[in-house]
Amino acid sequence: MWVIGGLVLVGVVWGSVNTILNNPYSRANWIDFVVFGLAQGCLYALIALGYTLVYGILRMINFAHGEVFMAGAFTGYFVAQPLYDNGLMASQPILALLIVSVVAMGTSIIVAYLLERICYRPLRNAPRLVPLITAIGASLFLQYTFAGFYGTGVKTYPNVPSLEGEWEIAGIGVLKTQVVVIVAATVLMTLLYLFVQYTKIGKAMRAVSEDKETAALMGINVDQTIVRTFVIGAALAGAAGVLYALLNKQVQFYMGFQPGLKAFTSAVLGGIGNIPGAMVGGIFLGLFESVGPSLFLEGWQIPAPYQLKDAIAFTMLVLILIFRPTGILGERLAKKKA
Amino acid sequence: MKKESHWLTESVRGGLIGGGVIILLALIGMIGRFAERPVIDGVLVLGRLLMIAVFFAVGYGAARNELLPVTRLLTGILAGAVAGILVDLFVLFGEGVNIRPMFINASPELYEFLAFGNLAMAVVAGAITGLVAAAFRFLPARLRSALLTGLAIMVVIGMLSDQLLLILNNNGLARYVQGWLLAPRGVSVSGAVIASVVIAAISYVQSVRRAGQADQPIAARRPNRLVTATLWVIAVAVLLFLPQVLGPYHSEVLNQVGLFVLMGLGLNIVVGFAGMLDVGYVAFFALGAYVMGMLTSPEGFIAQATGAWNFWEALPVAFVVAVIAGILLGIPVLKIRGDYLTIVTLGFGEIIRLLALSDWLRPYTGGAQGIAAIPPIEIPGLFSISGPDKPQRLFYLVLIACLVAIFVATRLKHSRIGRAWMAVREDEDVAEAMGINLVQTKLLAFAAGAAFSGISGTIFAAKLSTIYPHSFGLLISINILALIIVGGMGNIPGVILGALVLVGLPELLREFSEFRLLVYGAVLIFMMLQRPEGLVPDKPQQLVEEGA
Repeated sequence: MWVIGGLVLVGVVWGSVNTILNNPYSRANWIDFVVFGLAQGCLYALIALGYTLVYGILRMINFAHGEVFMAGAFTGYFVAQPLYDNGLMASQPILALLIVSVVAMGTSIIVAYLLERICYRPLRNAPRLVPLITAIGASLFLQYTFAGFYGTGVKTYPNVPSLEGEWEIAGIGVLKTQVVVIVAATVLMTLLYLFVQYTKIGKAMRAVSEDKETAALMGINVDQTIVRTFVIGAALAGAAGVLYALLNKQVQFYMGFQPGLKAFTSAVLGGIGNIPGAMVGGIFLGLFESVGPSLFLEGWQIPAPYQLKDAIAFTMLVLILIFRPTGILGERLAKKKA
Repeated sequence: MKKESHWLTESVRGGLIGGGVIILLALIGMIGRFAERPVIDGVLVLGRLLMIAVFFAVGYGAARNELLPVTRLLTGILAGAVAGILVDLFVLFGEGVNIRPMFINASPELYEFLAFGNLAMAVVAGAITGLVAAAFRFLPARLRSALLTGLAIMVVIGMLSDQLLLILNNNGLARYVQGWLLAPRGVSVSGAVIASVVIAAISYVQSVRRAGQADQPIAARRPNRLVTATLWVIAVAVLLFLPQVLGPYHSEVLNQVGLFVLMGLGLNIVVGFAGMLDVGYVAFFALGAYVMGMLTSPEGFIAQATGAWNFWEALPVAFVVAVIAGILLGIPVLKIRGDYLTIVTLGFGEIIRLLALSDWLRPYTGGAQGIAAIPPIEIPGLFSISGPDKPQRLFYLVLIACLVAIFVATRLKHSRIGRAWMAVREDEDVAEAMGINLVQTKLLAFAAGAAFSGISGTIFAAKLSTIYPHSFGLLISINILALIIVGGMGNIPGVILGALVLVGLPELLREFSEFRLLVYGAVLIFMMLQRPEGLVPDKPQQLVEEGA
């Protein structure tokens, strides 16, 4: 087993060294890769938090979380477009984006609430496989519900006029949207961390994830806490949806699948159930994915390495699970799982 | 425990949920899309049926047993009416505010349809349906379920009538049933009555008989040998003549089902017997197909080096490659349990697909274009049995493969290794303590599962003659997993039933294909909520039979 790990490591190092020696990219290219990776990683992290929060509390993979994200981003479009048309997006960009975010987060919250209520709550004591299948079913159902609502076409988010172009930060040109995404995601994650650590609701959430029965005995309303967990995860996913739209412009009913899978990978990478872990995992995955193909594969003379970025992400997932199954930061609740 | 609230609030709540469901269906587009699709010719269209079904469910749910009879009828009326009122409110809202730019289905025609022509009619229809539903609840349970079965099957016949007519037409029988039983689309009025009554009667008699049998000892319940043998002979005869009776299109559907049965049986070993949730199972299917492509197609790189192989030479190679891949992918995940195993297998599945898709491996896998010109399967010196125009011949190969697979899977299940798998499924640590070699047992499960899937992949490749990486997405893995679960986990007849329901039925309902995955998702959720053990629950083996 370790032989495989060693071989992979040698391969990666060899590839990287070769790439660096040949140096096909300039310094600015590398910085672009890193910043893009950071922005992408922040999105993964925001979505991953939803997976991790729910996993921590229910020990289940909410496979439909990617669809919660999609619902928010897709619905947000129908607010963003009119706001752009009447000029508010140009004159009051912050207000406009806030309105879009509120709508997106609201939609995501409603979807997640219904999901918990209809699909998961009745199955709380079922064998583990059962809610997982339900989640897969819910994922399909939500995708095609929204395809039916809004159509199967791709919708293009309007540009925010004041966020076009680049900012000069420490002598490096960085796309404005990327900066906004990184800053907004960081703020949201900090808020979440403070919320979970210091508020009463956050403490209740942590208590329920430690031990449901005891938490109930201590006077915590378990059902309500679980709903709140879903709601918070969904709000983050909705916000991620708007940020995703800022970054990538295009939304459609199928958009939740890939980011959902990646976010889930991030959650596992960081150690599922672990909140800082999800953040670290997301950013790590984003960076790895954006820098990895050029760094590791270019040196091997592999054509079009960018096509393999998803393969790199999943390979890393597999390797981490095999060699360090509790993730980078470790699973907070590892003991209870066995 | 849930608080018992007053029947008034309960029925209003039920009505609101029902109205919400109707609005949801309308916005998704199901109601509008089926506003013209007859189920009973000239009487009932599918869109209307959807609405009525919701009203019925609402009225039925509201009329709880513990209430007084009059109150029960009232709750039914109230719940149905509330649902109708909510729909009306939605229509009024939609006519006032244009939501069309957002919801593409919110057309004026839809509003008119939803309101049953005029607004009052929707409420009246809701109330009457609710009343009928409440009254229906007074019938004895057995009669109720028989009637519902009859109606449900009648509706299915109505939706499939064009397919049925096509099959009957093949055999020159269509003119005997057209008119009084089947219309070109939907059943005719007399057909609807006959079909529902006959099926309801059969189902009633069946359930009475089954109830009678339940009192007898197990040994007496077993049908005698002569009956069993006759049934087998009939089944074999039916299967032999099936492709001729069905015609090419439906044979093709059956072939598709057969390939999924093969994969389902394989995955059933891994998930159902050994309890390891594998969602990257499509990888082995892809591997089988690609090995076939590389060996037999003139585009395949091995075939170019050695000359093209034929199907029968390539088959064992694909089999061996799949088994080895199963073991290789199994080794790293031996120590991983539960959810993590699911994720790792998901990762494997995606990696294989992405590699097949990449430019890097294009010389070997053909990249996004895949491998084309895979020759059809031939019986050497006789004739070819696959290819786009010969689904009826391919059926026999698929049938044989399935029968062999069923035989192997059944024998495995009841063998020593099968019991070891089930022990591992129930508790790994205890199984190990009882002397089961975990490594060997798990790897065997992976290898066996991979073999079934690989074979299925080879036939798939020869059937389509072109393979693309896009045919091997995660959705296939999920599909196979779902059919096992819907059928009844760990259960071999369940796999077949699951494949028929989840692969065959959607193929037949092409007309409804835009809602296929939507309904599919809803079915998965519904099954898990109502019947998590599947359609055919797996019975634990009984060693000592009572009364024997």
